[in-house]
Amino acid sequence: MCLGIPGKVVEIHDATKKLGVVDVGGVRRVTNLACIVSDEHPVEDCMGDWVLVHVGFAMSRIDPEEAERTLELMRELGEVAEAQRAMAESGKGGTP
Amino acid sequence: MKYVDEFRDPVAGRAVVARIKQLAADLGAQRDAPLKIMEVCGGHTHAIFKFGLEEMLPENIELVHGPGCPVCVLPVGRVDDALAIAERPEVTFTTFGDALRVPGSKRSLLEAKASGADIRTVYSPSDALELAKQLPDRQVVFFGLGFETTIPSSALTVLQAHAEGVENFSVFSNHITIVPTLRAILDDPDLRLDGFIGPGHVTMVIGEAPYQFIGEQYNMPIVISGFEPLDVLQSLAMVLQQLLDGRAEVENQYKRLVRHDGNAVAQNAIAEVFELREHFEWRGLGSIPESGLQLRGPYARFDAEKRFAVPALSVEDPKACQCGEVLKGRIKPWECKVFGTACTPETPIGACMVSSEGACAAYYNYGRLSTVSKVGQ
Repeated sequence: MCLGIPGKVVEIHDATKKLGVVDVGGVRRVTNLACIVSDEHPVEDCMGDWVLVHVGFAMSRIDPEEAERTLELMRELGEVAEAQRAMAESGKGGTP
Repeated sequence: MKYVDEFRDPVAGRAVVARIKQLAADLGAQRDAPLKIMEVCGGHTHAIFKFGLEEMLPENIELVHGPGCPVCVLPVGRVDDALAIAERPEVTFTTFGDALRVPGSKRSLLEAKASGADIRTVYSPSDALELAKQLPDRQVVFFGLGFETTIPSSALTVLQAHAEGVENFSVFSNHITIVPTLRAILDDPDLRLDGFIGPGHVTMVIGEAPYQFIGEQYNMPIVISGFEPLDVLQSLAMVLQQLLDGRAEVENQYKRLVRHDGNAVAQNAIAEVFELREHFEWRGLGSIPESGLQLRGPYARFDAEKRFAVPALSVEDPKACQCGEVLKGRIKPWECKVFGTACTPETPIGACMVSSEGACAAYYNYGRLSTVSKVGQ
Protein backbone atom coordinates (compact mmCIF):
# COMPACT_ATOMS: atom_id res chain seq x y z
CA MET A 1 0.00 0.00 0.00
CA CYS A 2 2.86 2.39 0.68
CA LEU A 3 4.76 1.49 -2.45
CA GLY A 4 4.63 4.53 -4.73
CA ILE A 5 5.13 4.04 -8.44
CA PRO A 6 6.11 6.41 -11.28
CA GLY A 7 3.69 7.09 -14.11
CA LYS A 8 2.94 9.62 -16.84
CA VAL A 9 -0.13 11.86 -17.07
CA VAL A 10 -1.67 11.00 -20.46
CA GLU A 11 -5.07 12.68 -20.19
CA ILE A 12 -6.83 15.42 -18.23
CA HIS A 13 -10.03 13.69 -17.24
CA ASP A 14 -11.86 16.43 -15.30
CA ALA A 15 -10.05 19.74 -14.88
CA THR A 16 -12.39 21.16 -12.22
CA LYS A 17 -12.01 18.05 -10.02
CA LYS A 18 -8.27 17.93 -10.86
CA LEU A 19 -8.55 14.39 -12.17
CA GLY A 20 -6.27 12.96 -14.84
CA VAL A 21 -5.44 9.60 -16.34
CA VAL A 22 -2.00 8.28 -15.43
CA ASP A 23 -0.23 5.50 -17.33
CA VAL A 24 1.81 3.32 -14.98
CA GLY A 25 3.76 0.79 -17.03
CA GLY A 26 0.85 0.33 -19.44
CA VAL A 27 -1.91 0.31 -16.81
CA ARG A 28 -4.09 3.41 -16.99
CA ARG A 29 -6.23 4.77 -14.20
CA VAL A 30 -8.02 7.94 -13.19
CA THR A 31 -5.75 9.66 -10.69
CA ASN A 32 -6.22 12.68 -8.45
CA LEU A 33 -3.78 15.44 -9.46
CA ALA A 34 -4.62 17.94 -6.68
CA CYS A 35 -1.21 17.64 -4.98
CA ILE A 36 0.75 18.53 -8.13
CA VAL A 37 -1.45 21.44 -9.22
CA SER A 38 -0.54 25.01 -8.19
CA ASP A 39 -0.92 28.54 -9.51
CA GLU A 40 2.37 28.14 -11.34
CA HIS A 41 1.44 24.70 -12.63
CA PRO A 42 -2.29 24.66 -13.50
CA VAL A 43 -4.04 21.37 -14.20
CA GLU A 44 -3.86 21.85 -17.99
CA ASP A 45 -0.05 21.88 -17.74
CA CYS A 46 0.01 18.46 -16.07
CA MET A 47 -0.28 16.64 -19.43
CA GLY A 48 2.93 14.70 -19.98
CA ASP A 49 4.16 15.13 -16.37
CA TRP A 50 5.96 12.20 -14.84
CA VAL A 51 4.52 11.77 -11.35
CA LEU A 52 4.72 9.47 -8.35
CA VAL A 53 1.39 7.75 -7.72
CA HIS A 54 0.30 6.58 -4.26
CA VAL A 55 -3.12 4.97 -3.75
CA GLY A 56 -4.70 6.83 -6.66
CA PHE A 57 -3.14 10.24 -5.95
CA ALA A 58 -0.24 11.85 -7.78
CA MET A 59 1.91 13.04 -4.89
CA SER A 60 4.83 14.76 -6.58
CA ARG A 61 6.23 15.56 -10.02
CA ILE A 62 9.46 13.81 -10.95
CA ASP A 63 12.17 16.34 -11.80
CA PRO A 64 14.00 14.88 -14.83
CA GLU A 65 17.08 17.05 -14.26
CA GLU A 66 17.44 15.92 -10.65
CA ALA A 67 16.92 12.28 -11.71
CA GLU A 68 19.73 12.69 -14.26
CA ARG A 69 21.97 14.39 -11.68
CA THR A 70 21.53 11.50 -9.21
CA LEU A 71 22.35 8.97 -11.94
CA GLU A 72 25.32 11.06 -13.03
CA LEU A 73 26.75 10.98 -9.49
CA MET A 74 26.55 7.21 -9.50
CA ARG A 75 28.09 6.97 -12.98
CA GLU A 76 30.98 9.17 -11.84
CA LEU A 77 31.47 6.84 -8.90
CA GLY A 78 31.65 3.98 -11.43
CA GLU A 79 34.20 5.85 -13.55
CA VAL A 80 36.34 6.61 -10.51
CA ALA A 81 36.24 2.94 -9.46
CA GLU A 82 37.13 1.93 -13.02
CA ALA A 83 40.02 4.41 -13.13
CA GLN A 84 41.30 3.18 -9.76
CA ARG A 85 41.14 -0.42 -10.94
CA ALA A 86 43.02 0.50 -14.11
CA MET A 87 45.65 2.30 -12.01
CA ALA A 88 46.00 -0.68 -9.70
CA GLU A 89 46.25 -3.05 -12.70
CA SER A 90 48.93 -0.96 -14.39
CA GLY A 91 50.77 -0.59 -11.09
CA LYS A 92 51.08 -4.40 -10.85
CA GLY A 93 53.06 -4.52 -14.07
CA GLY A 94 55.66 -2.24 -12.55
CA THR A 95 55.94 -0.11 -15.67
CA PRO A 96 55.67 3.68 -15.26
CA MET B 1 9.93 1.35 -16.85
CA LYS B 2 11.24 4.92 -16.86
CA TYR B 3 12.57 6.21 -13.52
CA VAL B 4 12.74 2.61 -12.28
CA ASP B 5 15.08 0.61 -14.54
CA GLU B 6 17.93 3.13 -14.55
CA PHE B 7 17.92 3.09 -10.73
CA ARG B 8 18.43 -0.68 -10.83
CA ASP B 9 21.54 -0.64 -13.05
CA PRO B 10 23.90 -3.32 -11.67
CA VAL B 11 27.06 -1.65 -13.01
CA ALA B 12 26.33 1.57 -11.12
CA GLY B 13 25.27 -0.58 -8.14
CA ARG B 14 28.68 -2.25 -7.98
CA ALA B 15 30.38 1.15 -8.02
CA VAL B 16 28.23 2.40 -5.13
CA VAL B 17 28.88 -0.81 -3.18
CA ALA B 18 32.62 -0.33 -3.75
CA ARG B 19 32.30 3.18 -2.34
CA ILE B 20 30.35 1.86 0.69
CA LYS B 21 33.10 -0.71 1.34
CA GLN B 22 35.76 1.98 1.21
CA LEU B 23 33.84 4.25 3.60
CA ALA B 24 33.09 1.32 5.93
CA ALA B 25 36.78 0.41 6.02
CA ASP B 26 37.74 4.00 6.86
CA LEU B 27 35.11 4.10 9.60
CA GLY B 28 36.10 0.63 10.83
CA ALA B 29 39.59 1.94 11.46
CA GLN B 30 38.09 4.50 13.87
CA ARG B 31 35.70 2.29 15.82
CA ASP B 32 35.29 -1.34 16.87
CA ALA B 33 31.51 -1.75 17.05
CA PRO B 34 29.61 -2.34 13.80
CA LEU B 35 27.68 0.62 12.44
CA LYS B 36 23.93 0.35 12.86
CA ILE B 37 21.90 2.22 10.27
CA MET B 38 18.11 2.08 10.50
CA GLU B 39 15.90 2.27 7.45
CA VAL B 40 12.71 3.65 8.94
CA CYS B 41 10.34 2.92 6.10
CA GLY B 42 8.86 -0.44 5.18
CA GLY B 43 9.27 0.41 1.49
CA HIS B 44 13.03 0.45 2.01
CA THR B 45 12.90 -2.81 3.96
CA HIS B 46 11.06 -4.34 1.01
CA ALA B 47 13.67 -3.09 -1.50
CA ILE B 48 16.57 -4.23 0.69
CA PHE B 49 15.27 -7.80 0.76
CA LYS B 50 13.96 -7.95 -2.78
CA PHE B 51 17.32 -6.94 -4.23
CA GLY B 52 19.46 -8.69 -1.62
CA LEU B 53 21.26 -5.48 -0.67
CA GLU B 54 22.31 -6.67 2.79
CA GLU B 55 24.41 -9.42 1.26
CA MET B 56 26.47 -6.87 -0.67
CA LEU B 57 27.43 -4.87 2.41
CA PRO B 58 30.64 -5.12 4.42
CA GLU B 59 30.45 -6.94 7.75
CA ASN B 60 30.72 -3.83 9.92
CA ILE B 61 27.53 -2.34 8.45
CA GLU B 62 24.27 -3.56 9.96
CA LEU B 63 20.90 -2.47 8.64
CA VAL B 64 18.24 -2.22 11.34
CA HIS B 65 14.72 -2.53 9.97
CA GLY B 66 12.51 0.14 11.52
CA PRO B 67 8.82 0.45 12.37
CA GLY B 68 7.73 2.35 9.25
CA CYS B 69 5.22 -0.21 8.07
CA PRO B 70 1.80 1.11 9.13
CA VAL B 71 0.11 -2.27 8.92
CA CYS B 72 2.81 -3.80 11.10
CA VAL B 73 2.40 -1.29 13.92
CA LEU B 74 -1.40 -1.58 14.02
CA PRO B 75 -2.22 -3.01 17.46
CA VAL B 76 -4.62 -5.89 18.06
CA GLY B 77 -7.15 -3.59 19.75
CA ARG B 78 -7.53 -1.43 16.66
CA VAL B 79 -8.07 -4.49 14.47
CA ASP B 80 -10.84 -5.52 16.91
CA ASP B 81 -12.35 -2.03 16.57
CA ALA B 82 -12.21 -2.34 12.77
CA LEU B 83 -13.99 -5.70 13.03
CA ALA B 84 -16.66 -4.24 15.32
CA ILE B 85 -17.44 -1.67 12.62
CA ALA B 86 -17.07 -4.05 9.65
CA GLU B 87 -19.42 -6.66 11.12
CA ARG B 88 -22.33 -4.23 11.51
CA PRO B 89 -25.11 -5.19 9.07
CA GLU B 90 -25.43 -1.69 7.60
CA VAL B 91 -21.70 -1.28 6.96
CA THR B 92 -19.63 -1.86 3.82
CA PHE B 93 -16.06 -1.80 5.08
CA THR B 94 -13.30 -0.88 2.62
CA THR B 95 -9.61 -1.45 3.16
CA PHE B 96 -6.25 -1.68 1.43
CA GLY B 97 -5.47 -5.34 0.78
CA ASP B 98 -2.46 -5.28 3.15
CA ALA B 99 -4.67 -5.02 6.22
CA LEU B 100 -6.96 -7.98 5.48
CA ARG B 101 -4.85 -10.66 7.14
CA VAL B 102 -3.76 -8.71 10.24
CA PRO B 103 -4.94 -10.81 13.18
CA GLY B 104 -7.27 -9.28 15.77
CA SER B 105 -7.74 -10.94 19.14
CA LYS B 106 -10.28 -13.37 17.66
CA ARG B 107 -9.98 -13.08 13.91
CA SER B 108 -8.84 -11.03 10.92
CA LEU B 109 -10.87 -8.96 8.47
CA LEU B 110 -10.35 -11.72 5.90
CA GLU B 111 -11.95 -14.27 8.24
CA ALA B 112 -14.82 -11.88 8.98
CA LYS B 113 -15.32 -11.45 5.24
CA ALA B 114 -15.45 -15.24 4.81
CA SER B 115 -18.15 -15.30 7.51
CA GLY B 116 -20.27 -12.88 5.51
CA ALA B 117 -19.24 -9.38 6.57
CA ASP B 118 -19.31 -6.90 3.66
CA ILE B 119 -15.59 -6.15 3.48
CA ARG B 120 -14.07 -4.99 0.21
CA THR B 121 -10.52 -4.31 -0.90
CA VAL B 122 -9.93 -0.92 -2.51
CA TYR B 123 -6.88 0.54 -4.19
CA SER B 124 -7.61 4.11 -3.15
CA PRO B 125 -9.78 6.01 -0.65
CA SER B 126 -11.40 7.67 -3.68
CA ASP B 127 -12.68 4.20 -4.68
CA ALA B 128 -14.33 3.97 -1.24
CA LEU B 129 -16.01 7.35 -1.74
CA GLU B 130 -17.26 6.31 -5.20
CA LEU B 131 -18.67 3.15 -3.63
CA ALA B 132 -20.53 5.27 -1.06
CA LYS B 133 -22.14 7.24 -3.89
CA GLN B 134 -23.13 4.03 -5.66
CA LEU B 135 -24.56 2.47 -2.48
CA PRO B 136 -26.56 5.28 -0.84
CA ASP B 137 -28.35 2.82 1.48
CA ARG B 138 -25.08 1.48 2.90
CA GLN B 139 -22.66 3.00 5.39
CA VAL B 140 -19.32 2.88 3.57
CA VAL B 141 -16.32 3.04 5.92
CA PHE B 142 -12.73 3.46 4.75
CA PHE B 143 -9.96 1.94 6.89
CA GLY B 144 -7.49 4.86 6.97
CA LEU B 145 -3.96 3.53 7.43
CA GLY B 146 -0.52 4.94 6.97
CA PHE B 147 1.96 7.69 7.65
CA GLU B 148 2.11 11.06 5.87
CA THR B 149 2.37 9.27 2.53
CA THR B 150 -1.26 8.18 2.60
CA ILE B 151 -2.72 10.80 4.99
CA PRO B 152 -3.15 13.41 2.19
CA SER B 153 -5.21 10.97 0.11
CA SER B 154 -7.55 10.34 3.06
CA ALA B 155 -7.73 14.07 3.81
CA LEU B 156 -8.51 15.03 0.20
CA THR B 157 -11.16 12.30 0.04
CA VAL B 158 -12.84 13.58 3.22
CA LEU B 159 -12.76 17.12 1.80
CA GLN B 160 -14.47 15.80 -1.32
CA ALA B 161 -17.10 13.92 0.70
CA HIS B 162 -17.71 17.12 2.66
CA ALA B 163 -18.01 19.24 -0.50
CA GLU B 164 -20.35 16.77 -2.20
CA GLY B 165 -22.32 15.98 0.97
CA VAL B 166 -21.73 12.21 0.84
CA GLU B 167 -23.06 11.53 4.34
CA ASN B 168 -22.93 7.71 4.19
CA PHE B 169 -19.12 7.81 3.96
CA SER B 170 -16.74 7.76 6.94
CA VAL B 171 -13.11 7.05 7.78
CA PHE B 172 -11.80 4.82 10.56
CA SER B 173 -8.55 6.70 11.07
CA ASN B 174 -5.43 4.88 12.15
CA HIS B 175 -3.16 7.41 10.53
CA ILE B 176 0.11 7.98 12.32
CA THR B 177 2.87 10.56 12.06
CA ILE B 178 6.56 9.90 11.57
CA VAL B 179 8.29 12.35 13.90
CA PRO B 180 6.99 11.01 17.26
CA THR B 181 7.91 7.54 16.01
CA LEU B 182 11.48 8.59 15.38
CA ARG B 183 11.63 10.23 18.81
CA ALA B 184 10.38 7.03 20.46
CA ILE B 185 13.12 5.06 18.71
CA LEU B 186 15.80 7.61 19.56
CA ASP B 187 14.74 7.67 23.21
CA ASP B 188 14.79 3.87 23.54
CA PRO B 189 17.74 3.16 25.84
CA ASP B 190 18.24 -0.35 24.42
CA LEU B 191 18.66 0.82 20.87
CA ARG B 192 21.99 2.19 19.78
CA LEU B 193 21.91 3.56 16.25
CA ASP B 194 24.45 5.49 14.19
CA GLY B 195 22.20 7.00 11.53
CA PHE B 196 19.02 6.81 9.49
CA ILE B 197 17.98 6.13 5.93
CA GLY B 198 14.97 8.46 5.90
CA PRO B 199 11.52 7.85 4.41
CA GLY B 200 11.39 9.35 0.91
CA HIS B 201 7.67 9.47 0.34
CA VAL B 202 6.76 10.78 3.78
CA THR B 203 9.32 13.55 3.26
CA MET B 204 7.87 14.31 -0.16
CA VAL B 205 4.82 15.45 1.85
CA ILE B 206 6.28 16.97 5.05
CA GLY B 207 9.61 18.33 3.75
CA GLU B 208 13.04 18.14 5.35
CA ALA B 209 12.64 20.57 8.26
CA PRO B 210 10.85 18.16 10.68
CA TYR B 211 14.02 16.02 10.88
CA GLN B 212 16.36 18.81 12.00
CA PHE B 213 16.09 17.66 15.63
CA ILE B 214 17.81 14.34 14.83
CA GLY B 215 21.09 16.08 14.12
CA GLU B 216 20.63 18.87 16.65
CA GLN B 217 19.48 16.81 19.64
CA TYR B 218 20.78 13.32 18.89
CA ASN B 219 23.83 14.11 16.75
CA MET B 220 22.88 11.60 14.08
CA PRO B 221 22.77 11.85 10.28
CA ILE B 222 19.65 11.14 8.24
CA VAL B 223 19.56 10.83 4.45
CA ILE B 224 16.16 11.00 2.75
CA SER B 225 16.17 8.13 0.28
CA GLY B 226 14.41 6.88 -2.83
CA PHE B 227 13.17 3.32 -3.06
CA GLU B 228 15.11 1.73 -5.90
CA PRO B 229 18.18 -0.34 -4.97
CA LEU B 230 20.64 2.30 -6.23
CA ASP B 231 18.83 4.95 -4.19
CA VAL B 232 19.12 2.93 -0.99
CA LEU B 233 22.79 2.11 -1.58
CA GLN B 234 23.67 5.70 -2.42
CA SER B 235 21.83 6.94 0.67
CA LEU B 236 23.75 4.48 2.81
CA ALA B 237 27.01 5.78 1.31
CA MET B 238 25.88 9.34 2.14
CA VAL B 239 25.14 8.39 5.77
CA LEU B 240 28.59 6.78 6.07
CA GLN B 241 30.25 9.83 4.50
CA GLN B 242 28.54 12.06 7.09
CA LEU B 243 29.75 9.80 9.91
CA LEU B 244 33.28 9.91 8.52
CA ASP B 245 33.15 13.71 8.24
CA GLY B 246 31.65 14.04 11.72
CA ARG B 247 28.48 15.65 10.32
CA ALA B 248 24.91 15.08 11.55
CA GLU B 249 22.70 16.66 8.90
CA VAL B 250 19.50 16.12 6.98
CA GLU B 251 20.53 15.28 3.43
CA ASN B 252 18.30 14.48 0.48
CA GLN B 253 19.25 11.72 -1.96
CA TYR B 254 15.75 11.69 -3.50
CA LYS B 255 15.80 15.15 -5.04
CA ARG B 256 13.97 14.02 -8.16
CA LEU B 257 10.81 13.77 -6.01
CA VAL B 258 11.39 15.39 -2.62
CA ARG B 259 11.40 19.19 -2.48
CA HIS B 260 12.96 20.86 0.55
CA ASP B 261 9.63 22.19 1.85
CA GLY B 262 7.52 19.17 0.90
CA ASN B 263 4.09 19.48 -0.70
CA ALA B 264 2.00 22.46 0.40
CA VAL B 265 -1.32 21.16 -0.99
CA ALA B 266 -0.91 17.90 0.92
CA GLN B 267 0.18 19.65 4.13
CA ASN B 268 -2.79 22.02 4.00
CA ALA B 269 -5.25 19.17 3.40
CA ILE B 270 -3.86 17.27 6.40
CA ALA B 271 -4.02 20.34 8.66
CA GLU B 272 -7.57 21.10 7.54
CA VAL B 273 -8.99 17.63 8.14
CA PHE B 274 -6.92 16.04 10.91
CA GLU B 275 -5.73 16.83 14.43
CA LEU B 276 -3.41 14.99 16.78
CA ARG B 277 -4.79 12.51 19.31
CA GLU B 278 -3.33 12.80 22.79
CA HIS B 279 -2.16 9.20 22.63
CA PHE B 280 -2.15 6.41 20.11
CA GLU B 281 -1.18 2.83 20.72
CA TRP B 282 1.34 1.05 18.53
CA ARG B 283 2.01 -2.64 18.24
CA GLY B 284 5.28 -3.36 19.98
CA LEU B 285 6.05 0.26 20.83
CA GLY B 286 3.21 0.92 23.29
CA SER B 287 1.39 4.21 23.56
CA ILE B 288 3.14 7.15 21.88
CA PRO B 289 1.84 10.66 22.71
CA GLU B 290 0.63 12.82 19.80
CA SER B 291 1.45 10.17 17.21
CA GLY B 292 -2.03 9.38 15.87
CA LEU B 293 -4.50 11.50 13.91
CA GLN B 294 -8.25 11.91 14.18
CA LEU B 295 -10.74 13.93 12.15
CA ARG B 296 -11.32 17.46 13.41
CA GLY B 297 -13.85 20.27 13.35
CA PRO B 298 -16.55 20.04 10.67
CA TYR B 299 -15.00 16.82 9.38
CA ALA B 300 -15.49 14.94 12.66
CA ARG B 301 -18.87 13.83 11.32
CA PHE B 302 -16.97 11.61 8.88
CA ASP B 303 -15.21 9.89 11.80
CA ALA B 304 -16.29 6.23 11.90
CA GLU B 305 -15.36 5.98 15.60
CA LYS B 306 -17.91 8.67 16.40
CA ARG B 307 -20.53 7.21 14.08
CA PHE B 308 -20.31 3.61 15.34
CA ALA B 309 -19.59 2.25 18.80
CA VAL B 310 -16.19 0.58 19.02
CA PRO B 311 -14.82 -1.38 21.99
CA ALA B 312 -11.63 0.75 22.02
CA LEU B 313 -9.86 -1.75 24.23
CA SER B 314 -6.15 -2.12 24.56
CA VAL B 315 -5.38 -5.76 23.78
CA GLU B 316 -2.04 -7.37 24.47
CA ASP B 317 -0.08 -8.84 21.57
CA PRO B 318 0.00 -12.66 21.45
CA LYS B 319 2.64 -13.93 23.85
CA ALA B 320 4.53 -15.92 21.22
CA CYS B 321 4.80 -12.90 18.92
CA GLN B 322 7.95 -10.79 19.05
CA CYS B 323 6.90 -8.16 16.51
CA GLY B 324 7.70 -5.44 19.01
CA GLU B 325 11.30 -6.58 19.30
CA VAL B 326 11.56 -6.84 15.51
CA LEU B 327 10.03 -3.38 15.00
CA LYS B 328 12.55 -1.83 17.34
CA GLY B 329 15.40 -3.69 15.66
CA ARG B 330 16.31 -5.56 18.86
CA ILE B 331 16.05 -8.95 17.19
CA LYS B 332 16.14 -10.09 13.57
CA PRO B 333 12.95 -11.70 12.23
CA TRP B 334 14.41 -15.21 12.13
CA GLU B 335 15.38 -14.93 15.79
CA CYS B 336 11.68 -14.86 16.72
CA LYS B 337 10.54 -18.17 18.21
CA VAL B 338 7.60 -18.58 15.83
CA PHE B 339 9.20 -17.21 12.60
CA GLY B 340 8.44 -19.49 9.67
CA THR B 341 6.90 -22.18 11.87
CA ALA B 342 3.72 -21.07 13.62
CA CYS B 343 3.88 -17.66 11.95
CA THR B 344 3.89 -17.49 8.13
CA PRO B 345 2.35 -15.02 5.62
CA GLU B 346 -0.62 -17.41 5.16
CA THR B 347 -1.27 -17.77 8.90
CA PRO B 348 0.42 -14.79 10.52
CA ILE B 349 0.53 -14.37 14.29
CA GLY B 350 2.09 -10.94 14.15
CA ALA B 351 1.57 -8.07 11.73
CA CYS B 352 5.22 -7.98 10.60
CA MET B 353 4.49 -11.22 8.74
CA VAL B 354 1.41 -9.76 7.02
CA SER B 355 2.43 -6.80 4.90
CA SER B 356 4.97 -7.16 2.10
CA GLU B 357 6.65 -4.17 3.75
CA GLY B 358 7.01 -6.00 7.06
CA ALA B 359 10.49 -7.22 7.93
CA CYS B 360 9.31 -10.77 8.74
CA ALA B 361 7.36 -11.20 5.50
CA ALA B 362 10.28 -9.76 3.54
CA TYR B 363 12.72 -12.22 5.10
CA TYR B 364 10.25 -15.07 4.61
CA ASN B 365 9.34 -14.26 0.98
CA TYR B 366 12.81 -13.52 -0.30
CA GLY B 367 14.48 -16.29 1.69
CA ARG B 368 17.69 -14.47 2.51
CA LEU B 369 19.19 -17.54 4.11
CA SER B 370 22.75 -16.54 3.35
CA THR B 371 22.18 -13.35 5.36
CA VAL B 372 20.73 -15.43 8.18
CA SER B 373 23.74 -17.73 8.23
CA LYS B 374 26.25 -14.87 7.87
CA VAL B 375 24.78 -12.91 10.75
CA GLY B 376 24.01 -16.01 12.79
CA GLN B 377 27.63 -17.10 12.91
